[in-house]
Amino acid sequence: MAAKTSRLQRFHSLEFILGAFLTVIICGAVLLSDVLFPGAEKVNLLSRLVPPFSDMAHVFGTDPLGRDVLARVVAGGKISLLVGFTSVIGAVIFGVLMGLIAGYYRGFWDMLVMRFADLQLAMPFILLAITFIAIVGGSLTNTIILLIVSQWVQYARVVRGSVLTLREREFILSARAIGVRDWRIIVQHLLPNLIGPVIVLMTLNVANNILLESSLTFLGLGVDPTIPSWGGMLADGRTYLQTAWWVSVFPGLAILLTVLGLNLLGDWLRDSLDPTGRSSR
Amino acid sequence: MSATMDNQTPLLSVEGLSVDFGVSRVVEDLSFSVQPGRTVAIVGESGSGKSVTSLSIMRLADMMGATFAAGRIMFAGQDLLQASQKQMRKIRGKEIAMIFQEPMTSLNPVFTIGDQICEVLLLHEDMNKAEALAEATRLLDLVRLPDSAELVSRYPHQLSGGMRQRVMIAMALACRPKLLIADEPTTALDVTIQAQILTIMRELQKDLGMGMVFITHDMGVVAEMADDVVVMWKGKKVEQGPVEQIFASPQHPYTRTLLAAVPRLGSMTGEAFPKRMPLTVLEDGQPKLVGEERVQDTARYGDKPLLSVKDLSIRFDIRKTIFGKVTHRLSAVSKVAFDIYPGETLALVGESGSGKSTIGRTIQQLQSAHSGDISFNGRGYSEMSAADRFRMRQEIQYIFQDPFASLDPRKTVGFSIAEPINTHGLLSGGQAIRRRVDELLERVGLGSQYADRYPHEFSGGQRQRICIARALASDPKLIIADEALSALDVSIQAQIINLFMDLQAERGLAYLFISHDMAVVEKMSHRVAVLYLGQIMEMGSRRQVFETPEHDYTRRLLASVPVADPAAQRNTVLIEGDIPNPVHRVGEEPAILGREEINPGHFVAKSA
Repeated sequence: MAAKTSRLQRFHSLEFILGAFLTVIICGAVLLSDVLFPGAEKVNLLSRLVPPFSDMAHVFGTDPLGRDVLARVVAGGKISLLVGFTSVIGAVIFGVLMGLIAGYYRGFWDMLVMRFADLQLAMPFILLAITFIAIVGGSLTNTIILLIVSQWVQYARVVRGSVLTLREREFILSARAIGVRDWRIIVQHLLPNLIGPVIVLMTLNVANNILLESSLTFLGLGVDPTIPSWGGMLADGRTYLQTAWWVSVFPGLAILLTVLGLNLLGDWLRDSLDPTGRSSR
Repeated sequence: MSATMDNQTPLLSVEGLSVDFGVSRVVEDLSFSVQPGRTVAIVGESGSGKSVTSLSIMRLADMMGATFAAGRIMFAGQDLLQASQKQMRKIRGKEIAMIFQEPMTSLNPVFTIGDQICEVLLLHEDMNKAEALAEATRLLDLVRLPDSAELVSRYPHQLSGGMRQRVMIAMALACRPKLLIADEPTTALDVTIQAQILTIMRELQKDLGMGMVFITHDMGVVAEMADDVVVMWKGKKVEQGPVEQIFASPQHPYTRTLLAAVPRLGSMTGEAFPKRMPLTVLEDGQPKLVGEERVQDTARYGDKPLLSVKDLSIRFDIRKTIFGKVTHRLSAVSKVAFDIYPGETLALVGESGSGKSTIGRTIQQLQSAHSGDISFNGRGYSEMSAADRFRMRQEIQYIFQDPFASLDPRKTVGFSIAEPINTHGLLSGGQAIRRRVDELLERVGLGSQYADRYPHEFSGGQRQRICIARALASDPKLIIADEALSALDVSIQAQIINLFMDLQAERGLAYLFISHDMAVVEKMSHRVAVLYLGQIMEMGSRRQVFETPEHDYTRRLLASVPVADPAAQRNTVLIEGDIPNPVHRVGEEPAILGREEINPGHFVAKSA
């Protein structure tokens, strides 16, 4: 009975309510963008740079081509969130797996994975991006793959570090003494105990990747620049910052709120996965 | 002498102290006083508030979030509870010094020993660096560390645990404090080292005339060190008095229970077998004897040995050249041989670095041997297939020292207990497994309702019971208990010893009992093997080893055990010498000692 009430109580936290609220609102709006704002890309040169909150048809104002900023922010979320989420998920899966193998088996695999990671960390991101895109060509999929390739190392290193300390702990040793198979030790004992820092890193990297996507697009290495995305809009509005702040501020706010929501959810998830509960407070 | 002392104004007096952490009261209405040149021991089990008391005197408890609800701590005419942290910084280290339990972690690893002692001197005394360094050398001499002039330039990791604790004492004494607070200063040390440290502390106190507050859970240490004793229980003082009176006629029921639970060396003299003894427990505020007394005649020496270890050697490569050639090696275990019979408890005793845990881990296949073989039921590990060796992990179970660390904090205890059953496919079906888990939990004295809880919700003793339930889950023939009792309070220890014995009588289990605690070993084991630097020095029945010890090292080990009797003759001869470093150059292997049988079953290593 005690277990049931505590399971319900987990959701009674400000972190969860606020985080879930932000995330659901933003993701929901982005997913429904075609229904909500069908003509987001409609150019109307007669109403260029309308300030926000002056015309109810354009609540967040319009950009230099007369496009509605609100509609573009909502539509632009599609690319940004897609890139942000998939690249992070991909990097987590690959990075965590590599980190577990390197940390648990040590020896040859550790050396192989970690030297490869060092090699990659030594290469500047822009150089990696230019080389990679030059070879495979720019597209949405390739942008995501590039981000995965450049970021799995972070997860691998964090996970390997945790595994190295965890594998010497007595509860891992006692699982081995019982005869538990390696993969079960990894999945059932190691993974739950090291997931905390991974979740924190994940939530931070979503924001990072939304911005990275825009820098790539800015350099002509990312997705088609005519498709709206938050990062792209930020970059576009840069030149108008002194005269028309709203062109870049609203996509910036969208990124901020998304990241805030994810961070709150991430913190909540990390705490609620830990049965001792109060570890982080 | 004590009469004149009593008339002086006390050095420290704690009056009606209450300490809160949040809403919970950890110390309640505690009063005691310390006279100059006298030692007050604060005794109690974990959670009794004894450490909080010492941290409150130093006002270090503030940083952990403690608030002082009531009382005064008077020191040199000043109430320390009213002092600001700035004033306290002048008192800490200079007027009141403190020694902590873990010498490994209380020294900063990146500074030399000399620097760290000098830091205290430069801070509180008007000295320049050269003077401070000279004083540091003198202090190291004071705690009888050899080569003090050279030692000041060494780093903590180059010193053994006993040496580090002496450095801590030297640091504490640097400014000639009037009061020394020692919080379990010898708990992490080996017995022979503990005996050395206690002797040094006793003599220094006499020379310097300090007052001392000595916090410990070990009644043997209390008997050796204390003039007065304060017994704490659940945050309250239950009894106070001179040490002789506390031991001879304890008044409070809790003190009587505590003293009854203390394992005493020599309590089994004359007995052929270990005995399950009734326990003294507190019931309705009165100590009461419960449980049966039974001779533990379970060993079946007529059978074939269950496990035999033959000429086992285990070594670790410590240092290599850049070409991978090994230059330094640690011979953890050299040519060790013993048998364990069904239903028998064989104790491996020795100090840290003796290789006792390494042997246990090798039997459990957590470590590989360099040479020699282990056979179970007559079959050697070396001739077994991988599947057979996997089955050994069902037949042999391992219980670790620290029940806090050996359970996965993110899994329910039910999951942990079911793990061996699942791993070896012993039962199928969630229902059947769940029933078995409930049964096991009940067998070790916990209710089945605990299966869904997490390890952090249990106390230390309960957790060790869970570990025992987990070990029983696969129905093993042999359980290796690696210091399984040493992290527990004495009263819990006594309960777990009885649980071990009951299970042995019930299931014919054999135990390999790895321990450094001679008194517990005497209570539990049928046969004893004494290890020193990876070799067996003496092996025989419990009676042979404890009543007629032949080897010098065995005698030294027995003499070092603190006796829980203040009237007992003190072995004041300082047992000199550290345990030597077992790392050696390749080609300079330690000599393997031969052994001779001096009586049937009683083996002693021949001196080299």
